[in-house]
Amino acid sequence: MSEDNKNDNKTREGRRAFLKLLGGGTLLASASLIGCHPNKEKQGNTNKDLVPAGGMTYRVSSSTGDKVSILGYGCMRLPTIKNGSARDTEDEIDQEQVNAQVDLALAQGINYFDTSPVYCKGRSEHAMGIALKRHPRNTYYIATKLSNFSSAYWPEKESKEMYYNSLKELQTDYIDYMLLHAIGQSGTAQDGTQLNGMEALQARYFDNGILDFLLKEREAGRIRNLGFSYHGDIKVFDYMLSMHDKYKWDFVQIQLNYVDWHYAKEVNPNNTNAEYLYAELEKRNIPAVIMEPLLGGRLAKLPDYLSTRLKQRDPEASVASWAFRYAGTFPKVLTVLSGMTYMEHLRDNLKTYSPLVPLTEEELSFLHDETARLMIEYPLVPCTGCQYCMPCEFGIDIPSIFTHYNKCVTEGYIVKNTQDENYRKARKTFLVGYDRSVPKLRQADHCIGCGQCTFACPQGIKIPDELHRIGEYVEKLKRESL
Amino acid sequence: MVKRIRVILAVLVILSISLLFLDFTGTAHFWLGWMAKIQFLPAILALNAGVVLFLLMLTLILGRIYCSIICPLGIFQDIVSWLSGKLQKGKRHFSYSPAKSWLRYGMLGILVLVFLLGLQSIVAIFDPYAAFGRMVTSLLSPLYGWGNNLLADWAEKMDSYAVYSVDVWIKGGAPLILAIATLVVITILAWRNGRTYCNTICPVGTLLGFLSKYSLFVPTLNKEMCISCGLCARSCKASCIDSKKKEIDYSRCVVCFDCMGTCKRGGVTYQRRSFKKSTSTPQVDTGRRAMLTASALLVASTAVKAAKKHVDGGLAHIEDKQVPQRQTPIVPPGALSIQNLTRRCTACQLCVSACPSQVLRPSSDLSRLMMPESSFERGYCRPECTRCSNACPTGAIQPITPEEKSSIQVGHAVFIKNNCVAYTRGVLCGNCARHCPVGAITMVPSDPKDESSIKIPAIDEERCIGCGACENLCPSRPFSAIYVEGHEVHKIV
Repeated sequence: MSEDNKNDNKTREGRRAFLKLLGGGTLLASASLIGCHPNKEKQGNTNKDLVPAGGMTYRVSSSTGDKVSILGYGCMRLPTIKNGSARDTEDEIDQEQVNAQVDLALAQGINYFDTSPVYCKGRSEHAMGIALKRHPRNTYYIATKLSNFSSAYWPEKESKEMYYNSLKELQTDYIDYMLLHAIGQSGTAQDGTQLNGMEALQARYFDNGILDFLLKEREAGRIRNLGFSYHGDIKVFDYMLSMHDKYKWDFVQIQLNYVDWHYAKEVNPNNTNAEYLYAELEKRNIPAVIMEPLLGGRLAKLPDYLSTRLKQRDPEASVASWAFRYAGTFPKVLTVLSGMTYMEHLRDNLKTYSPLVPLTEEELSFLHDETARLMIEYPLVPCTGCQYCMPCEFGIDIPSIFTHYNKCVTEGYIVKNTQDENYRKARKTFLVGYDRSVPKLRQADHCIGCGQCTFACPQGIKIPDELHRIGEYVEKLKRESL
Repeated sequence: MVKRIRVILAVLVILSISLLFLDFTGTAHFWLGWMAKIQFLPAILALNAGVVLFLLMLTLILGRIYCSIICPLGIFQDIVSWLSGKLQKGKRHFSYSPAKSWLRYGMLGILVLVFLLGLQSIVAIFDPYAAFGRMVTSLLSPLYGWGNNLLADWAEKMDSYAVYSVDVWIKGGAPLILAIATLVVITILAWRNGRTYCNTICPVGTLLGFLSKYSLFVPTLNKEMCISCGLCARSCKASCIDSKKKEIDYSRCVVCFDCMGTCKRGGVTYQRRSFKKSTSTPQVDTGRRAMLTASALLVASTAVKAAKKHVDGGLAHIEDKQVPQRQTPIVPPGALSIQNLTRRCTACQLCVSACPSQVLRPSSDLSRLMMPESSFERGYCRPECTRCSNACPTGAIQPITPEEKSSIQVGHAVFIKNNCVAYTRGVLCGNCARHCPVGAITMVPSDPKDESSIKIPAIDEERCIGCGACENLCPSRPFSAIYVEGHEVHKIV
């Protein structure tokens, strides 16, 4: 099996594991269930009725009146012919599978498709163009971005080229939702100087006149909604909103989930609580598009003691469905993006959102107070697997290392010393699994600490520090000197 | 009955020794390591008087039973010969041939001479145990590795951590070529005439054969019963029964008991004997066979150009490391010195196959042909590992503990300024210092006058033990900016 495939399989296995839990009914319904999932009232010998009668929930944009499905299709990890995700491998995108999933999504009421020129190693727009072209243009909304991360794309000409290329790849003459991509992140200028969030914003969109260009495109109707996605430096977010009267943002894309609501700083010092971000948007009546509703998949794979609690509340609902319902419960949320690689992702999400059953106050608090607090006490690396740090110049497979480490933390395979009860098993599981998930030459001990990745990380993880910490742990395990 | 016991023991031994060479987990060494240590030439080289005396006594009492149930190459020949007999049913039989004493003693003489001259690598070619080891390591071990990896893939799918996958690579050209040559020659000889190698070339066979002429127990032809029908001679894979003269050449008999079963009259028995004369005149003749040189590996490499658009994801290409030109080779801790290693090593490859870090590989240097040497392109000599030293049956690598290992200096690190990423890319690295197990590397400013200048490694050669962690983990490729030079004699630091 190729090294790249492994990660995808792992994600899939995680998914499968909780789907299995779901179907297996290991935790049977207790008499007094607090949740109010519509399936529960019905009787049946299977759990196959994927889409309850109510149909998809829609939200109406206060900016343009667009009626948008609460579930948005994230196109950053399309399936490949080798059943992996095109974000992680070079394998060809499985166009037939993409078409099939788009068909099902549209049939079930999803009408928001979010892509970018850089997704899936630059192949996402092309594949989505093909899949969507097969349907009437007025039955869906396309969201894409001006992803001019590389300073090579900062000049006006190159940035415009990127925009026009998006139109070409997507086979359309207008974009419904156009975003300035990941503002707030720092950047590297052509001469190698590091720019902070504000400087990078200036260089990418203001100095080169691209924002003015996009505003004109909006006037011309070729961009129907203009907004931005935000990560990182809060100054940039505040600045952009302070300019709302001038630019009239039609929407803003933020990271929101039940951990980031109160504990964004604990997950990652660079981030700001979603509670603040959402309130700022609500105050200005700007619709919010939600990214990272699962916090990079971590909210679909909770530590056992946490997932058990959710299962007790609703044995038939997936762990991920709680996070999706959470994000959808906020009324100013226009749509919640989910990067769905596999049909079963899509089906599970459709089930959650058709229709969305908003969480009660008690459930909201159960998630963003109790569950989230327990989560942050768990020392996971807050990597969402977005791959922005990649490729590491020195060949380190950063996300896979973190994925493996987090998996071992979640499953209880990190030990403190050789006296620990499960030391033998934990050591073997960690070391054998490590070699399986990450080729030796791409493991943490090869990280030289140059720190270039740190600037690329939207979560602001001090990647070299974390890699060195994991490297030291591995070394101690190998030497049995914990 | 005795034959059956002989066959059962032989099969057990050859399976165990093969496993010893194939196993990479270290488990087999724990249980079966002694099997390599009772091999004759390794025991001599290890100066293991107990084992040598035992084997000599065994031969003096029971004959060359060593060749039938302890020597893996001997057993291998028996298997080939047995298969040959099965496949050419009835067509094939052995026949008596007179001893080629000039060749046997000539070979032995030359090899002893060569050994005294310090050309151990030539002796190593003919050592039956080492020859068998090389065949298993070079030819069977890759198959075993691939099989294991298939199993590991399957285990991974089953979410099991019981089997892990290993790197399979050709560690050296010389042993591979020699292993193929040995396999072909030995198989042809054994297929046609049984134990030809043992009774013409093999130095151990010749030496033990000299003793077995005087052994206490021997297969004996009962002269009264014998009608010179030749059945026993036709079954003798050592071609040592002269049924016409009703005599057995005990120097060549490997005590396989095959003849006893074939005699319809029960005329062959294994019993104490009364001594008779036997003659043999040593003669010196020139050796044969040409030496083979190793081929170098070419490593293709391609440069990576960062994609202009910086799309998310992807893995940078990692160029393979190349072996640096070391003035002095590095031999593993426990070897004491290069001289000790070359004097005692039979190039059996047991240490090479035991090395879990892909450090040891057979040398292609003529004076140390196929003997182990260290290089750090794929891994480094890890502080907790002492597998080679515990595996070595000859004392070429002496047993050490991890604690002892941490103070054995097998070489020292050398810095190549021009390769260091601090200079080539202007990035702060320090990976060598971070991973040095003995803290022999400190990062210092490259410009002594400027504290804030980029840092480069400063090596304390006295403290360095030459484990190669720095060389292996150096980001500079294909040549590391820091590499290890071996020491002729290992020091305790």
